[in-house]
Order: sequence, then C-alpha cells, then structure tokens
Amino acid sequence: MEPTGADGGDPGTALGLDQGHTEGGGGLPERFANPGLPPHVSRSADLDEHAAHRAERQVAALFGISMVATVIFLVAYFAIDQNTYRFVPGIGQANLSNVVLGVSLGLSLLCIGLGAVHWAKTLMPDNEVTEARHPQRSSDDARAEAVETIMAGGDASQLARRPLIKYTLGGALGLFALPLGLQLAGSLGPLPHADLSTTFWRKGMRLVRDPELTPIKASDVTIGSVFHIMPEGIDKSHDFLEEKGKAAVLLMRLNPDDIKIAKERDWGHDGIVAYSKICTHVGCPVGLYEQQTHHLLCPCHQSTFDVTEDCKVIFGPAHRPLPQLKITVDAEGYLVADSAFREAVGPSFWERG
Amino acid sequence: MSNTATPKGATGPHAKDVKPEPGKGGGLAGWVDDRTGAAKPVSYLLKKVFPDHWSFMLGEIAMFSLVILLLTGTFLTFWFVPSAGQVIYNGSYVPLKGIAMSEAFRSTIDISFDVRGGLIMRQIHHWAALMFTVSITVHMFRVFFTGAFRKPREINWVIGTILSLLAINEGFTGYSLPDDLLSGTGLRAAEGFMQSVPVVGSYLAYFIFGGAFPGEAIIPRLYTTHVLLLPALIVGLFTAHIVLVAVHKHTQYPGPGKTNDNVVGYPMMPVYMAKAGGFFFIVFGITTLMAALVTINPIWLYGPYDPSPVTAGSQPDWYMGFADGALRLFPGFFEFHVFGFTLSLNVFIPSLVVMPLLYGIAGAYPFIESWVTGDKREHHLLDRPRNAPTRTGLGVMAISFYLILFFAAGNDLMAIKLGLSINDITRAFQILLIVVPPLAYWVTKRICLSLQRHDRDLVLHGRETGRIVRTAEGSFFEVHQALPEHQRWALVQHQSEKPLQLTATVDANGVRRPGAFMERLRGKVSSFYFTDSVDPVTPAELAAAHHDGSAHEAIEAAQDDVGQGWVGQLHGGAEELPETDAYTPHEHEHEVDPDPTTAR
Repeated sequence: MEPTGADGGDPGTALGLDQGHTEGGGGLPERFANPGLPPHVSRSADLDEHAAHRAERQVAALFGISMVATVIFLVAYFAIDQNTYRFVPGIGQANLSNVVLGVSLGLSLLCIGLGAVHWAKTLMPDNEVTEARHPQRSSDDARAEAVETIMAGGDASQLARRPLIKYTLGGALGLFALPLGLQLAGSLGPLPHADLSTTFWRKGMRLVRDPELTPIKASDVTIGSVFHIMPEGIDKSHDFLEEKGKAAVLLMRLNPDDIKIAKERDWGHDGIVAYSKICTHVGCPVGLYEQQTHHLLCPCHQSTFDVTEDCKVIFGPAHRPLPQLKITVDAEGYLVADSAFREAVGPSFWERG
Repeated sequence: MSNTATPKGATGPHAKDVKPEPGKGGGLAGWVDDRTGAAKPVSYLLKKVFPDHWSFMLGEIAMFSLVILLLTGTFLTFWFVPSAGQVIYNGSYVPLKGIAMSEAFRSTIDISFDVRGGLIMRQIHHWAALMFTVSITVHMFRVFFTGAFRKPREINWVIGTILSLLAINEGFTGYSLPDDLLSGTGLRAAEGFMQSVPVVGSYLAYFIFGGAFPGEAIIPRLYTTHVLLLPALIVGLFTAHIVLVAVHKHTQYPGPGKTNDNVVGYPMMPVYMAKAGGFFFIVFGITTLMAALVTINPIWLYGPYDPSPVTAGSQPDWYMGFADGALRLFPGFFEFHVFGFTLSLNVFIPSLVVMPLLYGIAGAYPFIESWVTGDKREHHLLDRPRNAPTRTGLGVMAISFYLILFFAAGNDLMAIKLGLSINDITRAFQILLIVVPPLAYWVTKRICLSLQRHDRDLVLHGRETGRIVRTAEGSFFEVHQALPEHQRWALVQHQSEKPLQLTATVDANGVRRPGAFMERLRGKVSSFYFTDSVDPVTPAELAAAHHDGSAHEAIEAAQDDVGQGWVGQLHGGAEELPETDAYTPHEHEHEVDPDPTTAR
C-alpha cells in the first residue's frame, strides 16, 4: 500500500495522533496529507474455498431460476388466454396473462442481473486499481499546430484574398435553408382566420343533449339540473370533433331571483341559462357544477366560475368569464339559440380583442 | 517478441503480415483487428477503471431505461396505428364495443387486449419512461450537489440538461399518442398554451395542429416526433454524453488514496462488465415486475378522446407535474387587454416560459459558479455537499421550488383526500412557493455548516466511546477515540474557499476602471458564497486539541469566525485518546480539565 501523496504533501510528514508534535505548531504541515489507499480487506470467498464454492452455487442458482422463469414465460404465452381475469393476491382482479408473463419475464431478467452482480462482488477480484489522469487540455504544441493548420488551410483556399467568394458563399449558405424551412412552415397548417372566434351555433338552432343529440324542452329543465348541450345538426358537420370542441355548452336552471346580473337573465329563459363549456384558461371542458353554490369548476386547473354572476371567475387561473349563449324557446317549446356566441369561446389568443 | 531475433529480409516480403505470436488474437477477433485495428482501443476500454459508488448508478438507470424504451417502443410501433381517423370499435374489450374512436385509440386497445404480451410491453414502456425521467432527475441532483459539473465537465452538464428537457417532452409526446380522454385533454391544454403566445399564438396552434383542434394531423405528427425526431436527438446527445464521460474519466468521491490526478476503482473487464451488465438486467427485471403487478395508464377506463367530457382529477405524468402546477398557481390577473389585443400571460408564462427558464438556469449554473469563484482548475474529486454549503443551499432551494409546483398539480386530489377546501390549498401553495425556497436555502446552508462543524468536532475530539473513566482524584470523563488516519482523511481533505478580494475600482489616477461594476458584483456574490465557510481541521489544530484540553479552545475560537459559542461545549471533561490507547489505561488521565464551567 503506497500513499499516493495527494495535494502535493509528502505523506511521510503526516502526523498521527499518537506521534506527538512540536510545541507551537512548528514542524507540522499546513494540511493533512493523503494517507493513500486503505489496506485491502479480503472477503471470505478469497480466503475460504468453501465460501467461494457457496458463492459459486448461489450465482448458478440465480442463473438457474432465470432459465426456469424463461420457460414459464414461453409456456404461459401459449397456455393462458389473453383475456382471462383471475384474483391475484395483493392486486385483486387482474389480467392473468399479463401478470404471469410479466412476473416470469421480470424474474428471468432480474435473476441474470442479480447473479452477475453477486458473482462480481464475491468472486471477481476486489483489489482497487489506480489509473492516472492527465489534464484535459492539449499541449501548447498541439494547439499551435492546430491553429497553424487552420490558418494555412484558410490561406491556401484564398478565402481572405477573394472577398467576392467569401461574401457570395456566406450568402448562399445563409439562404439555402430558407426553402426547406418555408416548405415546412408554409404547409403545416391553414391560417386561423376567424376560425377561433366562431362556433357552429347559429340563431334558431335547437339545443340538443350531448351525446344523445335529442332536443330539450324548457319544461325538462328543472331547477338545479344541468345538461351537456350541443347545437342541433353538429353530427352532420364535416369537422365533428373540431366543432364539438368549440360548441360545447352547459345548460343550467337557476331560480331567477338568484341571478344577480340583468344581462344573464335576459339572455336566458325563465332562469335557464346556457354557457360555453370550454374553459377560458386553456380550454378544458368545465365539467363540474356545484348545485348549491351555482359554481362551475374546471377539473384541469380549478378555475371556478359563478353562474349567478354571469360566470365570472371567482377563483383560479382563468381571467375571463365563460361566454353566455343567448337562448329562447321556439313555437314547440324547445330551447333554441337566439343568436350565435357574441364572443370567442375557449382560451385567450392575441387577436381575440 | 520472437520475430525481432530473425534477421531482416529472411522472412520474405510478407513478413509484416505474419503474426508475432501465432495463436493469440487469431480467429474472428484477429480477422476483425486485421481490418479495424480495434485491439488497442478495445483493450484500453476493457482496462478502464470505474470508481464504485451507489450514486453513480443513477445515471446508469437512466441509460438502461433508455435501452428498455427503445426495445419496447420498437415492439409497440408494429401494432400502433398513428391515425386520428374515426372507426367503430369491435374488438374483444366488451365495454367499448360499438363506440366511435380514433384508430390510434383502437390500436392501443388492441395492443392491450388482443396482441399477446402486448399489455406487458405497453406497461413496461410506460413504467420505463417514468423510470427514465426520474433517474435523469435524481442523477442531475447527484451531479449538482457533488459539484461534478465543474471544469472540465460543463459541456456535459449542458448536454445532460438538454437531455432532461428532451426526455420530458418525449414523454409528453408519448403519452399523448393513444388519443384517450386523459391525454386528449392534455393536448387540448397544450393547444391553449400555444394560443397564449403573444402575437402569433393562434397561427402557431393552427400550424402545429394542422388546423382547428383536435384535427387529424396532430397524432401522426406527434408520432413522428416521438419515434424518430426526439429519439434521434436523445440517442445522439446521450452518445456524446457517454463519450465525454469516458474522455474525462469518471469523477470520484474523496477518500484515502483518491486524488485529483487519479481514478481509483475496478476495471471494466471483468468487474464492471458483470456489475454494469448485471445492473441492466436488474433495472429491466424490476421495470418488468412493476409492469406486471401495477397497472399504468389504463386507457380503456378513460375511453376515447372527445372534446366535450372530462374526468375529474386530470393530471399529467409526474415529470409534467411542475408545469401543470405552475398553471394552477399563476393568478388570472396576469391576462391583459391592451389596444384591442389580448395578452394572456396567466397562461403563457407558466406553460411556455417556466420550463425553459428553469432548465436555462440549471444549464447556466456551472458558468455562473465558476465566474463567482474564479475557479478555472479541473475538478475530478467530488465535493461532499456539506463542504459547499451555498451551492447545496441553492440546489435545495431550486428543488423546493420545483416540488411545490409539482405538488400544486395535485391540489384537487389533496382537497378530495384530505377533505380540505381547494381554494385554501391553492392559496397555501401560492404562498409556499414564495416563502419556502428562501427558507429551504437558509435551513440547508445552516445544516451544511453544522455538519461541517460536526466533522471538525469528530476529527478534533474523536468518537465518543461511551466508556466513562474515574480518575484517581475522583473526577469522571468519557474516553474519546481518535479517528484512524484513513477515516479522518475524508473529513479534512477539502480546500476551504475564501471570498474573492475586491480589487481597487479606480486606477492610479483615480479614474474608474472599466468593468469595476462587474467586479464589485462578483465580490458581493463571492462573499455570499463563501463568507460562512468552515475550514477543515489542520494538523496543528488537531495537535493542539489533543495536547491541551483548555488551550485548544483559543485556537479554534480564533480560526472559526462564525463559531457562536459552540466551542468549549464540545470538549467538556472529555479526553481524547489515541486509537491504540482507547481501551488501555494511560498516563494522560490526570490532564482532565479542572474548570467546572466547561463541563457538560
């Protein structure tokens, strides 16, 4: 065991506690010196042939378990039906094929790993080896040579002497990626135009239940109830999901006296009000209606809207109220839209105003 | 060498082709070496030394998870159909029969129920993705707190930061592919993020989604990004990462025999071949067992995506949690309406600024620290985190900030499980986000300084043996046992850093020197970093502490500028004994400090 002498100190001058010292600190080094690698401690398998044999058997047993597990996997792959469900302790009802295939594959892999590591730790040499490091930097000569090579190459190419080539090359290299970039960016998607500001709703469209698409009479809507609504005919739309993502509406009936905002009452019908279901934060459906407080809660980021106050934001990260859909009833008593949405629904965007 | 003895020319013109020692390096290996000259680099690699420490396995877990992801991911591509085209399900999972869904969702259901072994592969893939991101994150913590990012490894730290960012985005594109209700809601939110970009938001969203949300373009585009673009970047950068590790040689923890100029450990062949190779199988095996026993992402329960319904408790995978938490905490009044335009900073900042900002700061940290310390040396010996109290404090501060955002993404679940008000929980998180990080910094730094003082105490006074000795005069003391040299080294090896001295801000003529402001700033930050440093014990201090029970306090008090009365309580009536004397009577027993005020 040779001390390697770390930070410049000669390990010979390090003083152990039992060595005493010179009064006043004279003769003591400023810092402790690196004592060098500790003495090697032999493992039982190094000293005792029986222990080594035992380790060998343990490693072999682990590899053996791996082989057995592999065979179980191969058998189970064919033997167990894909959709058999059984009670598995600790999990409950589970897909038997998944559990057996997974556990056998897992054990087959795990035991190889455990065996190899156990082998390395018990039987392979555990004498620590020291390898020298060298500074990362190249030698000055090598650096100078590299610079020289580059400069010489530059000179040989006459780049500096011929500015015409230099600038046209720069221009060509600077521009060549533009067509590729334009091709990508220019063809990725259509321009939004007014798409984000309009929905499928038009004046006179009946309100239909989502997903049954059946119309609703005002008398069906009792106080405290809530309906998920789509515009009539949305299933005929070419862009069904896209339109659905903007047109989704929640219909609720409140006691008209509970409604605090005159506009809300006017745009509704006898306490029945319809609001966009698309959150003004990032566009999740505002799915949770609290009957007692008349609050709407978005399950994604917990923006909370008060239906009695024109769905203004009373909590959470959204800023704007949910847009209201003006409704009325038609001659047969069915609820219909009295106009399209008067503002863009859903999350904010720059030009929405 | 046998052929050197042969006279030149005697072996004919083909002498060079003759193997000096036939039989060695022949066969296939010889055939390959004849054509590649690989013997030298291969034997260099096989002899390469790797230091042993559990924390070095964190990066290995990430590496092996990546391999598992590539294997299982390739398997999944053979059955997954990346299409948003609508179909009616008619497979073997009864509850979904007759329901309209995208081909992407149907094929994922088919992988789960109709492809043999498909579910286990899907679940291994998802668990490995979580393992990948967790291990990258914890590996990053290890590198940060031990100072392994210092010169010459700054480039590798930056590569690692980019890899981490790519990994979480790879995860997001992956779990969005099945087009189930949960991931579709996530994509809906992502579209909202894009719309919030000032000026170009709606264009950006329409370009990325190929039109209105959801459209049919996003699934195939995510697929290409997930199986080609990001994996290529990740594998490429990972290769650079691991090549640089080999070029720099591995860092090591300080210890006896370990210096800045060597690597102490075990050779690749055979020890690390078995250990690291075996560890791959262990990681794969454990991931597979989790996939077998714990269901993950049961999309058949969520159902296909539909823009109208939503499930309560919608949450992203863990690594996107911090961004989701930021969205939940960022107040709505940051949306402004100016000149007829909407500036939705309440969405833009938490969704699209926070993530690159956090990663940007992380990536820049090595350069900031080396600017502050002025340290341009190479560092191959790791810091014990306590020996860099300010860095450790800053790291814990960043982690606490991240964790609060992360837990804020579960505010709804906490409200349900704990029966608390969602509003109170959210408010509390908003306050904690501002209060906790500085507090975490301060507490961590204090703990580090205390641990350093504890190290000093241990070196100066040894271990308490629990053996109480009564002297002939009738006084009692506890025998302390000195640390053996090899154990002591780890506690005394580090260099203590001192704040940079401010140089004159004006030149000889009284004119302000250029750059004086930056230097003053640097001096300030440097003293913020190092003013409270606790120095390692020097041989002189140890000798004094051992020799004289009362005088050493003067030495320590003079050298420890932040010592606040701790000195003097530690020594008490105790007496250190050399290791060899610990259990034997010795002649120093009468030197017990007679001053009762210093007794415990």
